[in-house]
Parts: sequence; C-alpha cells; structure tokens
Amino acid sequence: MTAIAENPSTGTLPRRRGIFPRPTKTTGALSWLTTVDHKKIGIMYGIGALIFFVVGGLEALLIRAQLATPNGEVLSADLYNQVFTMHGLTMIFFVVMPLGAAFINYLLPLQLGARDVAFPRINAVSLWIWVVAGLFVYSSFFFEGAPNGSWVSYFPQALVGPDPAGNLASDAVAIQQSRMLFYSMGLQIAGVASLASAVNFVTTVLNMRAPGMTLMRMPVFSWMSFVTAFLLLFAMPVIGIALWQMMFQIRFAGPFFDPLNGGDPVLWEHMFWLFGHPEVYIMILPAFGIVSEILPVFSRKPLFGYSAIVFSGIAIGFLGWGVWAHHMFTAGLGPVADSAFGIATMLIAVPTGIKIFNWLGTMWGGQIRFTTPMLFAIGLVSMFTIGGLSGVTHSLVPHDTQQHDTYYVVAHFHYVLFGGALFGLFGGIYFWFPKAFGRLLNERIGKLHFWSMLIGFNLTFAPMHLLGLNGMPRRYYTYADGMGWNFWNAVVSIGSLVIALSFAIFVINIIVSRNNPPAGADPWDARSVEWLTSSPPPVHNFDDIPVISDNDELWYRKYASTSDEDAPVRVAAGGSDDENPGGPYGDRVSGKTAKELGIHMPDPSWFPLLLSLGLPIAAYGVFFEDRITMTAFFAVGGILTFGSMLGWALEPSAEEDH
Amino acid sequence: MSTVDAAEHGAADHGHATNLGMSNEKLGMWTFIGSECLFFGAMIATYLLYLNRTNGGLTAFDVFDIPFTSASTFILLMSSLGMVLALDALHKRDMRGFQTWTLATAVMGMVFLAGQKYEFAFFVEEGFKLETSPFSVSFFMLTGFHGIHVTVGVVMLVILWALSLRGGITADKHTETVELVGLYWHFVDIVWIVIFTVIYLIPVG
Repeated sequence: MTAIAENPSTGTLPRRRGIFPRPTKTTGALSWLTTVDHKKIGIMYGIGALIFFVVGGLEALLIRAQLATPNGEVLSADLYNQVFTMHGLTMIFFVVMPLGAAFINYLLPLQLGARDVAFPRINAVSLWIWVVAGLFVYSSFFFEGAPNGSWVSYFPQALVGPDPAGNLASDAVAIQQSRMLFYSMGLQIAGVASLASAVNFVTTVLNMRAPGMTLMRMPVFSWMSFVTAFLLLFAMPVIGIALWQMMFQIRFAGPFFDPLNGGDPVLWEHMFWLFGHPEVYIMILPAFGIVSEILPVFSRKPLFGYSAIVFSGIAIGFLGWGVWAHHMFTAGLGPVADSAFGIATMLIAVPTGIKIFNWLGTMWGGQIRFTTPMLFAIGLVSMFTIGGLSGVTHSLVPHDTQQHDTYYVVAHFHYVLFGGALFGLFGGIYFWFPKAFGRLLNERIGKLHFWSMLIGFNLTFAPMHLLGLNGMPRRYYTYADGMGWNFWNAVVSIGSLVIALSFAIFVINIIVSRNNPPAGADPWDARSVEWLTSSPPPVHNFDDIPVISDNDELWYRKYASTSDEDAPVRVAAGGSDDENPGGPYGDRVSGKTAKELGIHMPDPSWFPLLLSLGLPIAAYGVFFEDRITMTAFFAVGGILTFGSMLGWALEPSAEEDH
Repeated sequence: MSTVDAAEHGAADHGHATNLGMSNEKLGMWTFIGSECLFFGAMIATYLLYLNRTNGGLTAFDVFDIPFTSASTFILLMSSLGMVLALDALHKRDMRGFQTWTLATAVMGMVFLAGQKYEFAFFVEEGFKLETSPFSVSFFMLTGFHGIHVTVGVVMLVILWALSLRGGITADKHTETVELVGLYWHFVDIVWIVIFTVIYLIPVG
C-alpha cells in the first residue's frame, strides 16, 4: 500500500475524498482515534500496555491463588490452562513488547531530532492493529474459551481437546479448534502490527536523523530501537508462517504438525523458537537502551564505552538468531546440535556481560543521584544479571535437561523479563514522564513503588529457583501435599500480592502527581536532545531542527568547554530563549502552530483505524465450517481493509494549506 | 469546499533531504522486501523438509506438469519486462505507452494466476489436496502465498492503470510510485524463479 501512497493529484481532487472528510480535530477523543502524531501514538501504546498489564497481572494472581496451597481448588484444570496461557501471551505480546513500542514511538523521533517517524500513518495503523489483536484474543473467552496450550503451544498437544474424558470427543475437538484458532489468528494480527512498526523504525533511523547526527552519535536508546526493529523485521515473518501452518493444520487438516499423518511436531518447535528467541531480545533491548540513557544522567558522567555498548547490542541481535534450539535440548536433536547451540548460548553471554560492565563503569566514580528512574535502572542491572547467570546455566545441556519444564526456568525468564525488561521500562516511565506530560512523578511515592516492587519481585521469583531444583514442574495446575513445595509456594503467592500492591502504588503516584508543578524542558539535567524541546513537546517537536555535534548533544551545549579555557561554557540551544520558564533551555513553545511556522506535519486520518478493524472480522471467518459464512466474513473484512488501503493511498499524507 | 493542489511537500520527508538520499518510501519498500525473504524462506524450508513425506499419495513426479508451468513461468517473467517498459515510457512522458505496458503487465500477471488456478483445480481433482500429505499442504501453501502476492501486485497495477486513464498519474509526480510498484513486482517474480527451481526443477533434475 505504501507503493501508491502519498500521491494525490491532478490538482482537481476535492478535499472530501470518497466517504470520509479529512478529520481535523486536534483535541478530544476523535483526535486520538485519527491521530498520526508519534507522541500521541506512543502514549496510547503505553496506556494500552498498562491496562493489559493489569489484566495479565490479575491472571498471575489467579495462578498464584491456585498454587498457594497443595491441591488448590480456585481454578479447574481447564481454566488454569487458559489462565496461565493468557498470562504469558498477554505479558509478552500485549505488555512488554508494546511498552517497548511506546518508548520507541515516543522517543525515537525526538532523540533523532526529527519531526515524526518516516511513515506516520503506518505508525497509527500499527497501534490500531495491535489493539484489535488484543481484543480479538480476549474475545475468545466469549466463545469456546481462551488458548490453553501455553504461549509455545507445542504440537501434538495443541491438537488435543481439554479433558477428553469430560467431553464428547467431537466436542473436545471443536473446542480445541476454536481456542487454537484464536491463538494463531490473534498472534498473526499482532504480528502484522509489529512488522509495520519494524519497517517504519528502520526507515526512520536510516533516513530521518538530524543534520550532524551520524549513526555513532545516536543515543543508545535509538540504537537499541534500531536493532530491535531489525529483529522484528526478520522474526515476524517466520512466526507468521508458523501460525499460518498452525491454522492450516487446525482448520483445513493440512498435516503440517500432525505426527499421525506424516507431519513433524519438531518443525513447529523450530519455527516457533526461530522467532521466539529473537523475541526475547525484542523485549529486552529497548529496556537496555532505556537504562543506557538513565545511568549517565544520574551519574553525571558520559556513558562508559558508548561504542562497546552499541556493538554489543548489535552482537546480541546477530547471535540471537543462532541459539533458538537451546529451548529444545530435550527434543532429541542429537549431541552435535545440542553442543553447537550450547556453545552459541554461552557466546551470547559475552556481549551481555560487556553491557553490564559498561553500565557499572558508567556509575563508577560518578556523582550518583538515587532518583526513582536511577533506582529502577540499577534494579535492572542487578536483577537482570541474576537472570542472565541462571540463563547461562541453561547453556549446559545436561543441566538444562534436568531443569527443563521446571519452575527453575520460570524463575529464570521472570528475572530477565520482569527484573530486566519491566524494571527498565518502569524506570523509563519515571524518567520520561515529565517530558511526555510536563510534570514529574512524586519521588517519595516512586521510591516506595520501587522498593515494594523489588521486594515483591524477589519474594515471588527467587523461591521458584528452589522449587524448580526440587522438581516442581511448570504448567501443572496443582501439586500434592508432602512434596516439600508447600512453604515456598506460599511465599511466592505472598510475593505476588506485594507486586500487585506495588503497582497500585504506581497508579496512586500518577493520580497524586497530576497537580505537580510544571517540570520544565530539562528537569533531570539530561544529555540528549529530546530534553531540548518543551515538555510536553509541540506537535512538530522542534521549532528548529537541532544540528548535532556530539554524542551527548544537550550536555555539550550546556557544558562544553572551550579549547582556551577549561571552564564550562554554556552553548545556546538553537532558537532557545534563556528567559523562558523551565530552565535555561526551557519551554520553547512558540505559541504558534506548526503551519504558522511553515512546518508541514502529516494530517490525521481515519484510514489506519478502519484498516485495522477489517482484520479481526476476516479472522472470525476462519472459525466457520460453512463456506458461505466464512466467505462473507472474509469479504466484509477484506473490503474494509483493502478499501481503507485504497482510500489511504489516494489521500495525501498532508493537506495543502495555502 | 475548495479544491487543492497536489500536497507534494514531501510530507513524509518533512521537506528535508533524507540521510541516505533515498526517499522513505523506497527505503521502506526495500526493508519490507528484506522481511519478505524470510517469509518465503520459512515456507521453502518447510517444503524442502516435507518433499518426500507424501503419505503414499501423489509425489512430485506424479503431479507436476513441467511444460505447462514453464509456459506460465515464462509469461510471469515477461511481465517484469512489461513493468520495465512501463516505467521507461513514464520516464519518456509517453503516457499511452505507460498505459499499454502497465495493463500488459497486469494481464500477464492475471494469465499466470489463471494458470495457477487451473493447476490447483487439476491437482485437487487428481486427489492431491490440502489434507493429503505434508508434501501437498507445503506445496499449496508456498505457491498459494506466492499467488496472493501476485494478486496484490495485479491490483496495484490495475489501480495505476485506472488512475492514469483520468490523468491521475504524471511523470513529474509519480515516477517513484510506479518504481515502487515495480520493485514489488520484480521481487515477486524473482521469488517465483526460486520457487519454480525448488519445486519443479529440483525433484525432476
């Protein structure tokens, strides 16, 4: 659709094209539904992800209520399977990935000194497709139930209906078909959103940098976003194909993964993990980028080993493609494959270790301010290191075979995803909240949030190491008394309540902080150019595009020393006015709109939202055996989606204003 | 409501030169094509894995009609030539030539699709269906998704052709649009060269 986009025009086209007039609202609900502004889109990603975080968190609490005592009876086995599967899918696809996307959306153009991403409307379509994908997956609860095969949904178990004893065999098959179709089609739709974002972000980084910003002057967060975008670009088509194959297997009996008809279930494992392993770096790299921004600011030192951090991020991106089979050591791949993937897994610890030592080097000898974002950043460095070390133990094949499918693995990946990614992302929220909303979050409540989250997190996940080493299997809905697991399971369940409490503190913090005084452009004495513009930034981000001459451009402008004297000399920011409120480089809102300044910004559009609505409608068609109903759903969804594409292609990105 | 001129302010580039000197649209298309390589790569890998898993059903030697598919392959490859000539005509501001070659390219794509439809129907009649074997379903998925890509390309070409009839395509403003459709079209053809080799030539050769 990009192919014929951005081109109106014979000079006689009317402003109203087809059915929809161009939306013009800049405030209110309509403006959010039709916006193409990367900042509004980023905020919506963030809010949506936090809502899903509550949902996924409630599912986690249900799991822990069930497992708090032996022979728990809170959930039935069938419901437990659905709940833990949805917990995993939610946290991965609808919390951590989109929270990363929220930061990338909001910050990438600001950090690059650009006015928007390369394709603002594709950015909007990514958001809406992601939203409808989440709603689509959760709508499964209104039908035959949610997916229940865990987030990996291995075959042939994915073909087996729930509790065959309690259902007629044909009913069980129908139920399972519905659930697995929600899995395959839901993730398929979410994958389209990720792929569109990936194309957008790669293009933005390669093409939209401010004058003087060479690749090696980009802030580390932008670099990690760039690597993440490449991982998405190449991982999403692989899972896309695997999910289509799953759909063909389940809906059309195409025997891709059915061992009774010659299919190979291990192929699904390979395809899934060829996506799934890069996926874990897709989740963690934005958080690595965030702490690489936070640590220098609150240590008052430049990032130690900038290029080493950048190159180790790239190395993680590359090596991430060569380790997928370490998830499959018990699948019987043979000693050569197991050894090769074990060694590759050990290798990936090297660039990760380089990052950790560089972060320590950044703090070493710095004037550290223990603000809330800094605490969360240090939390990531320490908790991720624990998770990374238990990850290295998995590279030892016999060790991994012993731990496979036990709670030790659950402990490991929560230490990297919660202790790593989520700590980094929460740190990022505290750090950039004043930029996005103009007000700082309350520091005292923020610290309470951090400490309660740190304690709750460790209470929840540290004992899982012990449970796993004592043989407690993951994904079982209950366990017998007398296995020696009772005490630590009780502790884990209490810990999960502490995490819930800590999130409540965070919500309270947002509520009480809404009346804080304006933060100004640069409340943290920060280093990169997003702090050069006002908080919140105007629609066009910068009145004048900054010219970049240093890695820490804002820091350089504020404190660069001249060659003659070593005393720091302040360098005026382009277009800034020292009399402005909010600090020396402060609030530069000119009071003029972008168009009055002669800046052409893309106009809002209905088409991204409409395009996304067609996808779940078409996906529901797959659920019908009846050819006519199926075709009808395809037709309605297809007309909506392709019609929107056509309207989109014929609608110019920005209207002429004179 | 007033009429507007073309909004050719390079809105996507915000009026600035891009870092790579290549427009966002073209870079985005190349990026997308990079992703498509993995999309087809995953299906080709599956096909090669399942080449001999026929469940006692029809094998590659039984079903494929090499001369027939070679003919439709030739037509698809010639459509790339049509695409080149269409763009060349646009460069020369020869709108008639542009319309002719765009339509010719689309028609060649349609002929290829018709051939595929005939082939699929024939196979199903022979008892070579989605559910027959891992081999059959991998074949249908790989060639079917390629067919969907050709269909999307045909739709884009027809839209270009229809717009040009009412003067909606001009050499000044839309050369790159046509180039982008061309990039996509050539990619779809190149993928078919790989698929044709893997599916039709390797098992026989």
